[in-house]
Amino acid sequence: MVVVGSGPGGLQTSYYLRHLGIDHAVISADPSPGGMFRRFPFFQRLLSWTKPYGPVPREDRFYQWFDWNSLLAEEPESKAIMPTLMDGSSSFPSRPEMELNLATYAQRTGLRVRYDCRWESTRRDGERFVLQTSDGEYRCQVAIFAVGIAEPYKPDTPGFEHVAHYADTRSPATYAGKRLFICGKENSGFELATGLLQWAQRIVLCSPRPAKLSVNTHSLLGVRARYIQPVEDQILGGGVFMLNASINRIERLGSGYRVLCSRSEGGPELAVDADEVIAATGFVCPLRDLPDLGVSVYGRSQLPSMTNYWESATLPGIYFAGTIGQGVSGMKKYGLPANSGAVHGARYNARTMVFHVAQRHFGVEQPRPVVEPSRLVEALLEEATHAPELWNQKSYLARSFSLDSGKGILDEGIVPLADFVDTEGSAAVAIAVETDDTGDIHPAVYVREQGRPAVETLLSSQPLHDFRTAEHRAQLSSLLSGVTAGAVR
Amino acid sequence: MALSPQELVDMLSGLSLFADLSRPQLEQVAHKMTEESYPVGQRILRQGFTGTGFYVILDGEVAIKIDSEEVARLQKGDFFGEMSILLGEPPVADVVTTRLLHVLHLGGPELEGFLRDHPQVMYRMLKAVALRLYNASRTRS
Repeated sequence: MVVVGSGPGGLQTSYYLRHLGIDHAVISADPSPGGMFRRFPFFQRLLSWTKPYGPVPREDRFYQWFDWNSLLAEEPESKAIMPTLMDGSSSFPSRPEMELNLATYAQRTGLRVRYDCRWESTRRDGERFVLQTSDGEYRCQVAIFAVGIAEPYKPDTPGFEHVAHYADTRSPATYAGKRLFICGKENSGFELATGLLQWAQRIVLCSPRPAKLSVNTHSLLGVRARYIQPVEDQILGGGVFMLNASINRIERLGSGYRVLCSRSEGGPELAVDADEVIAATGFVCPLRDLPDLGVSVYGRSQLPSMTNYWESATLPGIYFAGTIGQGVSGMKKYGLPANSGAVHGARYNARTMVFHVAQRHFGVEQPRPVVEPSRLVEALLEEATHAPELWNQKSYLARSFSLDSGKGILDEGIVPLADFVDTEGSAAVAIAVETDDTGDIHPAVYVREQGRPAVETLLSSQPLHDFRTAEHRAQLSSLLSGVTAGAVR
Repeated sequence: MALSPQELVDMLSGLSLFADLSRPQLEQVAHKMTEESYPVGQRILRQGFTGTGFYVILDGEVAIKIDSEEVARLQKGDFFGEMSILLGEPPVADVVTTRLLHVLHLGGPELEGFLRDHPQVMYRMLKAVALRLYNASRTRS
């Protein structure tokens, strides 16, 4: 096996492959661990929290909900590294703290990565893949690519070739007194606007649709609360403008630029002059020649089409980890995406994928502990109340238990919810945490009878998110009474 | 199928649902909806499940199944999911991919605002739904 990448996705994948005793090589073009956190975000703080003082000890699994930035490990010394490296000034780690967190994880877990080894091309050799690298050939049965969505992308609209990309942003002081035009109204655009608010003379943010705000979408979808200051400045008329318009072209004008755009609501073409234009227009997956080999890709970010276990939908044996995993939509209830693009979602995806790869390609089975029937309801409600996998990946990952008449109740661990509900297998139950369109957070139970599709039942919410109540126990017991009968005989 | 933003807008301009929109409006639609891809055999809408979305097929094919029985197939330019959202009820059918699927997706709660912002799309949708009803009643009679 070969894993490509030494960011959070590559490290987490390698850790669990080694944990299961699966031989593999990790290669990375970078000189050190950290992936994108070696450079981004520019303005030095992450969007993901690590709350040092949670209600449970840091080595407890449930603490992971309070620490979105540490990678997962089984040994106490390698768990919850992030809070030990923060200086207390914020619950959002700085970029250097995050980079150190990942380097410390790689060092403590003893992960072996061949750095400065660039994957250059790929070919098939019978059943195997051959990765040509700057350090020779790597041959493997299964390859996992954790290469991020890392290649700067600019649209082919005329004039974009003259302007800087987000990735080329300079130090803030060099924007002092400038009229800034930012193409894009997602988090990267607002990160720049927030960071340059006290430097720029004027900031215009422009994209065809109005900005979404996470506080309105009830999810991490949209501009995060941390970057909301430019919105307020616009409302107050403080030199920030948000245009809903598509850009027709960008022209050079002296030492600056003229941006010509059509407003989404109609009207004549609008010309906006600016000293600096920055394209906060996103990144694409650097998949090199994988599409030529048969990996189907889609969308502006050129994400691979994948199965629910993050395997290429068109080239079996090629898997993806890290932020690329966001290409698997899952249930996406009410349009709310999972957090697969961030470390706190991707770390669980990686572990779940490794367990799947181990079983499917290497015959390594996970232990499936027997659960006492009298414990099932409590175990499910405990998961819904605390499980970091369920809270970080709402409507996406679920805890499942099989209800096999011969073997009793078995703990099947964390599984992709979409796979669970679409697999007409043996009798089983899964629990997930979900948010609806009003922002209400509640458990959802999926019960699958032998050979039949799963049936969804939503449990009620609870003001303090503790679902271990008499009402929930009664509701769940009644739901499971028929389906568990076979397993407890 | 990876389309550049320009190619995506070109493709949308050729779909009957969006046929009345200007280019800036098409660009806005392309930004409001998200592109998604699903492997063969995956359910996109699930009979009886809450929280569904609205989908426009850009490439590929799906089968509509009621109680596991296939009743129709949809292809490029077709759309699904709107009935369940408009009625506020879980879908009465499964929608399952029969070929690798590339769609534009809009979350259920966003559909009403989207249609109000783009009444031309609402009119086209209304016509398509009326045609479905007409065909269904002809089949019955």
